[in-house]
Amino acid sequence: MSDRPCVATTSLAGCFGCHMSFLDIDERIVELAEAIHLDRTPLTDIKQLHHCRIGLIEGGVGSEENLQVLQEFRARCEIVVAVGACAINGGIPALRNHFELRDCLREVYLEGMGVDDPQIPDDPELPRPLPRLRPIHELVKVDYSLPGCPPPAEAIWKLLQDLLAGREPVIPSELLRYD
Amino acid sequence: MNDQAFTIDDHPVPFRRGESIMEAALLAGIYIPHLCFHPLLEPHGSCRLCTVEVNGKPLPACTTPAAAGLEVTNDTEALNQQRRTLLQLLFAEGNHCCPSCEKSGHCELQAMGYWLKMLDSPFPYLFPRRALDASHPAVLLDRDRCIFCERCVRASRELDGKEVFALAGRGLNTRLIVNSPSGRLGDSDLEASDHAARICPTGALLVRGEGFRTPIGKRPFDGKSLSETCLQRAAALLKEGKESER
Amino acid sequence: MEKAGGSSPEEQVTGILRRHGTDPSLLLPILQEVQKRFHRVPPRLEDAIAAHLSLPRSHVEGVVDFYHFLSHERRGEYDILLSNCIIDRFHGQQAIQQRLARELDTPPGRVRGDGRVSIGETSCTGLCDQGPAALVNGRAVPALDEHRVTQMVSLVESGVPLERWPEAMFRVDDNVCQPGPLLKSGLTPGEALNAALGGGPENLLQQLEQSGLRGRGGAGFPTGMKWRLCREAAGEHYLICNADEGEPGTFKDRELLRLHAHALFEGMTLGAWITGAEKGFLYLRGEYRFLREALERILDERRDCGLLGESICGVNGFRFDITIRMGAGAYICGEESALLESLEGNRPRPRNRPPYPITSGFRGKPTLVNNVETFVAAAFVALYGSSWLTSIGTDASPGSKLISISGDCARPGIYEFPFGTSVEEILEACGADSPMGVQVGGPSGSYITPQEFHRRLAFEDLSTGGSFMVFGRERDLLEIVENFTAFFAHESCGFCTPCRVGTAMQNRLLKRIRNGEETGAEALELLRQLRETMIGASHCGLGKSASNPVFDMLEKEPRVLSARATSRGRVR
Ligand SMILES: Cc1cc2nc3c(=O)[nH]c(=O)nc-3n(C[C@H](O)[C@H](O)[C@H](O)COP(=O)(O)O)c2cc1C
Ligand code: SF4
Ligand code: SF4
Ligand code: SF4
Ligand code: SF4
Ligand code: FES
Repeated sequence: MSDRPCVATTSLAGCFGCHMSFLDIDERIVELAEAIHLDRTPLTDIKQLHHCRIGLIEGGVGSEENLQVLQEFRARCEIVVAVGACAINGGIPALRNHFELRDCLREVYLEGMGVDDPQIPDDPELPRPLPRLRPIHELVKVDYSLPGCPPPAEAIWKLLQDLLAGREPVIPSELLRYD
Repeated sequence: MNDQAFTIDDHPVPFRRGESIMEAALLAGIYIPHLCFHPLLEPHGSCRLCTVEVNGKPLPACTTPAAAGLEVTNDTEALNQQRRTLLQLLFAEGNHCCPSCEKSGHCELQAMGYWLKMLDSPFPYLFPRRALDASHPAVLLDRDRCIFCERCVRASRELDGKEVFALAGRGLNTRLIVNSPSGRLGDSDLEASDHAARICPTGALLVRGEGFRTPIGKRPFDGKSLSETCLQRAAALLKEGKESER
Repeated sequence: MEKAGGSSPEEQVTGILRRHGTDPSLLLPILQEVQKRFHRVPPRLEDAIAAHLSLPRSHVEGVVDFYHFLSHERRGEYDILLSNCIIDRFHGQQAIQQRLARELDTPPGRVRGDGRVSIGETSCTGLCDQGPAALVNGRAVPALDEHRVTQMVSLVESGVPLERWPEAMFRVDDNVCQPGPLLKSGLTPGEALNAALGGGPENLLQQLEQSGLRGRGGAGFPTGMKWRLCREAAGEHYLICNADEGEPGTFKDRELLRLHAHALFEGMTLGAWITGAEKGFLYLRGEYRFLREALERILDERRDCGLLGESICGVNGFRFDITIRMGAGAYICGEESALLESLEGNRPRPRNRPPYPITSGFRGKPTLVNNVETFVAAAFVALYGSSWLTSIGTDASPGSKLISISGDCARPGIYEFPFGTSVEEILEACGADSPMGVQVGGPSGSYITPQEFHRRLAFEDLSTGGSFMVFGRERDLLEIVENFTAFFAHESCGFCTPCRVGTAMQNRLLKRIRNGEETGAEALELLRQLRETMIGASHCGLGKSASNPVFDMLEKEPRVLSARATSRGRVR
């Protein structure tokens, strides 16, 4: 292991769009790869989370598994960043909070349009959904938030630059957006 | 005639009798953050974003009359921090999913968030379940985004000569209701051309079919700050109002 | 039940409307009658009510929806609301509620399937000295114990109408434990009026000013000055006695209204004489409906002997009368400008001030608003002169104060102390043995720890409208504070952002802390941030004071929070 700072990322109840935006930093990814060590992240498919300087979280908490991963990130990352609307306020997945979980499941697996073989999956391997989807700051302490759906690549780049340089991250106003 | 003056953050601001601190400020090109205030409507005082210090005392600029010699503090970190907290409360109170909102880029609430550099809300999000009203052919009422500023209520009464909207409930159960036998917008006498249908600062009231006419990126608050846009709009409306009063 | 009397609901409402006339300010009394008749305000009848009063339908709906004692959904034929005041909680309200729910097979917050009964909660009913208490169809039933619950259950199940329930169930004790100059003073009806009329208005105003009498409703505004300023305001005048007494733990006006009604009405009539008001209102909180009949009788007596009506005391042109108007379960109506809105038939949200009621009150006319105790004291000053007040108390707070003591002490009830009495002395008087602390002035007042028991009751030190709650050592401060935050969240009128959302967030955070879902440091930081914003930006006194209990706990007993908040909490 090198002494480069470790960065980990994960997607909880999100769409991977924030990760895609991360990749939009294009060729700077090379520069970044030289400056950091990428730990657990869907980008490399590394599954094991080690002690990290920075953990970027995409998505809110919608299942028991989400919660477990989030807590692991909090326990192992010095700095936890909520990246994107879903992590910050639930985003699109939180639209389900309008309804009872049982009604959502019924609609999706039993009664909705185009359902064949109606049954609610109950394989023990599947993560159990939580009654309500919640933003991550309600469950763990979050150090920074980067809004946007997804946040612009520039903003993610800027955030990482600031954090790696040990500066308080500042998001320039033109990169601050909620959509 | 400008008879007298007071100061906002040490800048002299002239005013006419009967003007509020807010009106005088906007006419002098000084921006005081506001959501429930609208230049065409009677001042209301509910959002509290415009809270300034008047001779050291916190007061809403929109309902406090201007008076000679007042010392008003507006643009300070402490007041802006308080405004940020108010905004964070509003975002946590309703359901604001900007990514899926037609109003994004046109929305004063969102633009206020940008203006105050609000990144998130530290409060627990309440995810209220509020009824959507899609019964009107030309106007959509999405209560999830309502901040109870009563701009629509006042506009309907004061500008349209109708009474289409009102508030009901209290505390967190406050809700916007529609004045029609069924309580539905479709059965009210609201028309898409009414001020009330167009005056909402958020995406709670939307005139259908117009949302995406301006593409994302070219919307009023895209790339422009709330203060610029608001100052221009408000000053124009206020001046117009003053002209017509003469 | 909607079919009762043979006529249709529409016909019955027409009857109610005809009796009240078309003045839109009578909306609330009309709605109260409708609610009583139908156990709700049926939405389809709102059109008729709105049309009759020339109001938009949404106005009626908005008002119904505001008050806790009015509802669109049907409540039970027996609607049981238990007081969830912290003192009633101490007295076992929750256990009583569960028992009622079980025996009546009615989950709290619901109406039983057959429509017979519903069970719910309500804010402090002003019976904390004899709790736990409930309101059954608005009628107060104090001192609930197992026996009384059994009795209630069988009365409900056998459908005995409320009027035929045993009188003893409704008996409210006066619990006057320590009377002082005010409670001991008496007055023959008309005596104070005649004394004042002899000396002329200027003399009475001077007596009031010299007496140093300050408003007893909480804010302590000098009464003489208020009366003078109101007198000087031009135009038609109105006068209002604020008997909304909603601050949890306050029940002193309850007894003044029973023991000193003549003095109260005499004080109001004096205020009318000074200001020229011809119409007065007693705004009585809905929870005190049991006092209404006796008060109406006394008003009649006074009319009969020429102390109300035309030519009062034989003085030509001295014309004044008093109407009792009932509240409907909204603490905010104690705030004088919200009270005015309520009287006018609007949603009771506090007005922008200035202008103040003394120049622009009821219907925009100059209006004198005082608390019950203030009017009673004014009557005695008129009768006995300013020295009646100045002989005791402190320089800045002359006279005495009625205190309602509740909670963990041997003798809860009504006490009268000279201003300047220390907390220690009060605790001694009511038999409280080394308590954990006391809450002076209700949830919006202050929490006082033993180190501060030397502090004194006075406008310049510990100011209170009358609430004095004693907390024994076994009490959980976190539970108390959570209860207070729930009270404010329930009673916030919802007009302004900081209070509407802030009170709810405070309560949410306190709950999370109690459940161990919140780490100390962050929750405390959020609570501080909330407090600053609620104080700095709220529209009225409710929002400005709603963070007091949280702040007191944070500042005075920080361990209570940190111990609980970090025990489990969020993973850091
Ligand atoms: C939230 C709130 C509740 C109040 N409740 C009462 C009340 O129940 N009774 C009362 O006399 N004054 C109450 N007040 C104070 C009144 O607004 C007003 O100051 C008082 O009635 C004036 O009478 P006084 O000068 O005789 O005290 C309340 C104030 C606030 C802000
Ligand atoms: S914030 Fe937007 S882009 Fe990011 S995960 Fe959520 S939905 Fe996808
Ligand atoms: S109303 Fe404004 S803040 Fe709310 S979701 Fe729409 S754009 Fe965002
Ligand atoms: S609908 Fe819009 S204008 Fe009307 S109260 Fe709600 S936020 Fe304000
Ligand atoms: S502070 Fe609370 S009670 Fe007062 S106006 Fe605001 S919301 Fe209503
Ligand atoms: S703009 Fe003044 S309170 Fe809303």
